[in-house]
Amino acid sequence: MNSIILQLAAKYVRFLLIFFAFVALLRGHNYPGGGFIGGLLATLAIVYYSYAFDWRSVQKKLFMKPQGYVAVGLLMILLSFSPSLIQDETLMKGIWVSIPFGLLGQLKLGTPLLFDLGVFMTVIGVTLLFFFTLTKRR
Amino acid sequence: MQYILLIYLLIAFGIFIVPGWFKKHVGVMLALVQAAFFVFFYSKISEVANGNSISTMLYWIPQLGLNLEFSLTGLSLAFALLITGIGALVFLYASAYMKGYEGTDKFYFYLFLFGGAMLGLVLSGNLIQLFIFWELTSFLSFLLISFFHKKEEPRKAAFQSLFVTAFGGLLLLSGIVLLGSVVGSYSVADWFVGSEMIKSSGLYLPGLILILAGAFTKSAQFPFHFWLPGAMQAPTPVSAYLHSATMVKAGVFLLALLSPVLGGTTEWTYIITLVGVITMFLGAYFSITQTDLKAILAYTTISALGILVLLIGIDTKLSIKAAMLFLFVHAFYKAALFMVAGLIDKKTGTKELAKLGGLYRFMPITFVISVLALLSMAGLPPMLGFLGKELIYEAKVQSPGIASLVLILGVGGNTLMVAVSMYFMFKVFLGKQGAYPKIPNEKGWFFLLGPAVLALLSLLFGLSPAALGNSIVQPALSTIRKEMIDVELKLWHGFNDVFLLSLLTVFLGMGIFIIALTKKQFLIKWRRINSQFFTIKFTDLFVQFLGGFLNFSARNTKRVQHGYHRFYILTVILFSSAFLWFQVYVTRNWVLDSHFTLTPFYISGLVAIIVCSTIYATISQSRISTIIGMGVTGYGISLIYLYYSAVDLAITQILVETLIVVMFVLVLQRLPRFAILSSRLTRVRDFIIALSFGSVMAILALKALHVEFNHPVSDLMVNNSFLYAHGKNVVNVILVDFRALDTLGEVTVLVIAAMGVFVLLKTKKA
Repeated sequence: MNSIILQLAAKYVRFLLIFFAFVALLRGHNYPGGGFIGGLLATLAIVYYSYAFDWRSVQKKLFMKPQGYVAVGLLMILLSFSPSLIQDETLMKGIWVSIPFGLLGQLKLGTPLLFDLGVFMTVIGVTLLFFFTLTKRR
Repeated sequence: MQYILLIYLLIAFGIFIVPGWFKKHVGVMLALVQAAFFVFFYSKISEVANGNSISTMLYWIPQLGLNLEFSLTGLSLAFALLITGIGALVFLYASAYMKGYEGTDKFYFYLFLFGGAMLGLVLSGNLIQLFIFWELTSFLSFLLISFFHKKEEPRKAAFQSLFVTAFGGLLLLSGIVLLGSVVGSYSVADWFVGSEMIKSSGLYLPGLILILAGAFTKSAQFPFHFWLPGAMQAPTPVSAYLHSATMVKAGVFLLALLSPVLGGTTEWTYIITLVGVITMFLGAYFSITQTDLKAILAYTTISALGILVLLIGIDTKLSIKAAMLFLFVHAFYKAALFMVAGLIDKKTGTKELAKLGGLYRFMPITFVISVLALLSMAGLPPMLGFLGKELIYEAKVQSPGIASLVLILGVGGNTLMVAVSMYFMFKVFLGKQGAYPKIPNEKGWFFLLGPAVLALLSLLFGLSPAALGNSIVQPALSTIRKEMIDVELKLWHGFNDVFLLSLLTVFLGMGIFIIALTKKQFLIKWRRINSQFFTIKFTDLFVQFLGGFLNFSARNTKRVQHGYHRFYILTVILFSSAFLWFQVYVTRNWVLDSHFTLTPFYISGLVAIIVCSTIYATISQSRISTIIGMGVTGYGISLIYLYYSAVDLAITQILVETLIVVMFVLVLQRLPRFAILSSRLTRVRDFIIALSFGSVMAILALKALHVEFNHPVSDLMVNNSFLYAHGKNVVNVILVDFRALDTLGEVTVLVIAAMGVFVLLKTKKA
């Protein structure tokens, strides 16, 4: 597809879409959203961009191959289990730490967030892998 | 004791990080390690001398009664000394023998690991643990036999030996489990206590047969003997170590270990004695017609293993004593002979008997060593072998039940053994100079050290047998018989029946030997007779059996695994809908108390749209319209989710639907033109199946409304979500915290699916 309007839009909208995907990921804790949804949204952003341009330019912007995303995601999931192992708790028990931010309140971080991030990355990797293998011409 | 095994494991892996300049000394270093352990075990003799044992136990899986138990008894000490002592000599020999081959690291790794595994086997105080080490030795034997894996013969032989011994190992395991269920434990100590319980239970005979099958396959007893000659494809150090001195004796060890538990019954005595005596005779009988040095030694090894098994089967004090002594006799002379055979093969370039001869001119030291070892094998004085044979005859004379058969075959077997020893010596070392490819020399004293030490031991212990008898045989015997037994060994037993039998054996053996040497046609004719009478070749039978079995299972598997994806799905759906329908039928008195409403109107309208678009998707003649139809269905469903306030679900569904439509569009370009290829009948069939599955799912969904839980899980989740997981969105908390394991499973499925897609689409068509 070679539409200037689409390409111009895609250039800027993609940041918005990716940002939105992250928002969906983070707000998932308290409101609808989460890693899976965020991952799908991010993929859609990438797919949208690829429709405006072509796949090759997308691949350049991705830092690494989709397999890399899958690997990083799985690694994050693995890492999210390690605190519970170290503390000799049941495996996958959520461990939370809170970092005080003075007047702003406090930031609560927990292994479920890392787990969700892992899911996020894995979903992006897997769906992109689907797309890439389907579009690649032999 | 577990630390010894740990050291073995660590050193074995350490072989790979040895720097290049030190590589040529690895064999010697490993020999020194083995020697150090030999000294260690030797120093323990006094501690186990009185039938005591040194035991340690580590908890492994106590819930299953699996613990790591190690116990050093007189019996295991005797084996441990053999393993480390001969191991040291073999490694010394190997460091000379393996020079110039590729992959010596791997070779030493396997061989050293084998030493550890074998030690683990004889030190095991738990039978499951023993089984693990047992299979480990089988496996390492497989790797060692196939060391020259570029040739086909070693690969075949390795596979054969693995198949036979691992199969036997599985039988052994089932035997252990069977009898373990009687005692309620796998600990050897518990089995000793529960011996009477085992013998009186109905499981005794099947358990016994299974365990014996394990021991017989490992120790190459008839009719499983055929793998051992094949195993001679291994490098000679392996033959000397595994296939004559240690691994093949694991079966003997097991029988000796369990004889206080399972022994003393008629079944035990008859089965073992019979198998042992047949193996003993057949091994000796076939050895004399062999033309290959290592093959001769392999068959005499089979014969010797038969003798050991037979002696344990006779199960008297005397026979066990003879067995323990003969264990050493055989290990000494056979390991020495194997090393000599390897040396001759290396130096002359052949191990064909026909091409050898007159080697005493070139290899005088080897000649002397061989004469000593062969004298021991023939059972002539003053060697240790003579003593062993005398004791064996004595035991056989006393053997209960089938003494006459045992004695006749025993004399026959030993006669042949005498003949083959003499024949070996004359053919290889004396007579005219043979037509060998290379003129041999005796350079490399590592080659000679091992066999020389062993041959000298045969001589020394023959002259003063008390040293061996008191320190090693006696503790081993006391362990097996569970009582203190004094062992007095003397070379000269006096002029009695047994001595007469010995004389007879020697004369008959000499007779056969002289005939074989002077009349050239004699052995050739013998061979011909053999090939006519023994047309069944066990190796071929084995190959045929295996081929048939593979075909059989391939045929049966094809029926289920036909390779058509659509039929797999069909099968799954058919079966599950059949089961579900059955369940629906069983609970048919359930009444649907429907409060169907058409309000709010937009939901019923939505449902109508979904139904319409689904029907449209199935009957449409264009792919694009089908995809759009399915898309409408998907979005419609997500709207329904939304209405019932399952927001997360709705969002996910919408996103997935979008992605699917995009993906379909991508694939669409590649597909051929739409056409209906299936027959009308097929489509009707598929329609019926789909309808049946769909309707049963609908019924289930309706029924699910009526199931009442006392405490719905969802309440628990909702109540605890913020309390414990600090999250207000229950769905997400369930996904990432409460039920993170499920999510992990889903992620795994996703990744596997992605890999599948990737591989399928990436692979080019061949």
